[in-house]
Amino acid sequence: MLLIHCPYCDETLPEAEFAYAGEAHIIRPADPSTLTDEEWRDFLFIRSNARGPHYERWRHVHGCARFFNAVRDTVSDRFLLTYKAGEKRPDLASLGVAE
Amino acid sequence: MMTSQTHDFAADAGARVRVEALAPVARFSLRVRQQGRAALGRALGLDLPERVGEVARAGERAVLCLGPDEWLIHAPEAETDAIAAAGAEVYAEAPHALVELSDREVSFAITGPAAAELLSIGCPRDLGRLAPGRAVRTVFDSAQVVLWRDGAEAFRVDVWRSFAPHVGALLDAGRAEIAAGL
Repeated sequence: MLLIHCPYCDETLPEAEFAYAGEAHIIRPADPSTLTDEEWRDFLFIRSNARGPHYERWRHVHGCARFFNAVRDTVSDRFLLTYKAGEKRPDLASLGVAE
Repeated sequence: MMTSQTHDFAADAGARVRVEALAPVARFSLRVRQQGRAALGRALGLDLPERVGEVARAGERAVLCLGPDEWLIHAPEAETDAIAAAGAEVYAEAPHALVELSDREVSFAITGPAAAELLSIGCPRDLGRLAPGRAVRTVFDSAQVVLWRDGAEAFRVDVWRSFAPHVGALLDAGRAEIAAGL
């Protein structure tokens, strides 16, 4: 079982308390009605599918119930960092990872 | 009081762990933003704890911080109306959501030297790191529970009424295995 650090509880807790919630930092278009079908498709469905460090959302659903963001290596399944929702996306160099 | 399926736990005074269903209490969920916290705390006669997992007590009332803006209140059943009225009184000054959940959940007490061992059959948390006096929301065999640690060998589990037969039966099976020395 993965151990995940919740930035709101400030504790490292078992994966069974958490739920995965897709890729992070996907910004909803300010004015959806002006988008072309292709742009709307990209917003809804097209994801980076990273091999390696991946920015993603998690929710501590059976705990504080908060959404937060994480950087997880999709190859090793290791969490590099978790941070609160709304905080700036950290660059990979600051995590000691080559881009 | 709603009816519910109850479980008869074997009562053995000398056992390493005992499980019992507890009498009903008044339960409230409180959601309030930062600026309304002090007013709500004064109205309820409690300081709302700021850290997830911390419990504040005043008399027989207890308030547990479940999340950054979420608290769980336990109190004797006789205080139900007084708590609802106290919230309504400060609503204009401090907008909040105070919802009674008394009938949503039931509680089990798990006590004895093997209490943590019994809980470990369903709870993935490291219970050694849950200090006495604290409480947390977590899972027990995939059912969401609030786990209170009242002492080194005393726990309480609040579980939704619909999950209670499952959690109760599993706790009783574990209790029987520990009693049999398995």
